[in-house]
Amino acid sequence: MNLIVIFISAALINNFVLSQFLGICPFVGVSKKIDSAFSMGMAVTFVMVIAAMVTWLIYHMILVPFRLEILEYVAFILVIASLVQLVEMFIRKVSKPLYDALGIFLPLITTNCAILGLALYSVLNEYNFMQTLVYAIGAGAGFTLALVIMAGIREELELVDVPGSFKGAAITMIIAGSLALAFMGFAGLI
Amino acid sequence: MKNKTAFQEFLKGLWDENPVLVSLLGLCPVLAVTVSAENGLAMGLAATFVLICSSFLVSLLRKVIPAQVRIASFIVIIATFVTIVDRFLAAFAPDISRNLGAFIPLIIVNCMILGRQEAFASKNGVGRSLLDALGMGVGFTLTLLVLSSIREILGSGTWFGMNILWSSFSPWAVMILPPGAFLALGCMIAGANWINRRNKS
Repeated sequence: MNLIVIFISAALINNFVLSQFLGICPFVGVSKKIDSAFSMGMAVTFVMVIAAMVTWLIYHMILVPFRLEILEYVAFILVIASLVQLVEMFIRKVSKPLYDALGIFLPLITTNCAILGLALYSVLNEYNFMQTLVYAIGAGAGFTLALVIMAGIREELELVDVPGSFKGAAITMIIAGSLALAFMGFAGLI
Repeated sequence: MKNKTAFQEFLKGLWDENPVLVSLLGLCPVLAVTVSAENGLAMGLAATFVLICSSFLVSLLRKVIPAQVRIASFIVIIATFVTIVDRFLAAFAPDISRNLGAFIPLIIVNCMILGRQEAFASKNGVGRSLLDALGMGVGFTLTLLVLSSIREILGSGTWFGMNILWSSFSPWAVMILPPGAFLALGCMIAGANWINRRNKS
């Protein structure tokens, strides 16, 4: 039961993009086409789940026993950066089609604050290993959902006559605002 | 880039290449912490400090850092300064540290800071890099201050905690909620575009 609550809350109520403001850069940058938005969402979810497990192990198996919590940030970002490289090499060797679909997005993920944010929040919320895992899957699903909805709207937007000053980033922000407003409706779910 | 004077190097961060309104970098903290002017200012100053220190160190070490591992090196340098800021705020300004929460450590992955290291500090001398970092930092802080002021005044009727609107004003609660952040920033970007377009024609 607890795990279901964590999943729903990470995916919908505290949606990473629309209510926690994590991963805004890819949200604005890679949401022009539904295909690429979905691939990006999958790549992020994939890295998120692995990164969450590894950072959990590092924090609780290395940093806490040796009382090195002060190195939390440096350790996490190094782990994430090297993990992204490893994942990229691994996918290239194992599955060529998957690499072609995710390839270009993987390097961008290192500086995606959603990944680091997830690692930090699972420490902050004192989740155990299972809860961290579910939290990561939920957050990834929420990220993908927000990205795909946004891409769907932006594909239609191509046909609309937007006032000059609002073209580009400005109208994207306004749309994100209305989406965030809609997502606030999930607040009563739990 | 060499033909710019030192002063122009500083000035470009304020408007022409403003990190938030023009380059759209580092938007996560911009949207998340700007519920009150105090938070916005604190976030701006923290990011500016990290940006200036890392630009200084990166430009100093730019000939030593091997090109293949430069991004990782930049991130480690940035993460070190972020840890310093985080500990400092936790010790001397616990309230602000609590309000900003996870967004202090998230300065590490702020693309504005990494972007400046990659695009500028790793290619230019110490003096120019410092000026560039200072300009970008001030531009970032001012933008955050304006956005958070708009949100705080409309959303709670106060500015830096002081009541400044008439007593019958009913606050627009949506402005301090997540949607308000997107709407206010969208309007600010549109405003900046409008001014630039008008100046051009």
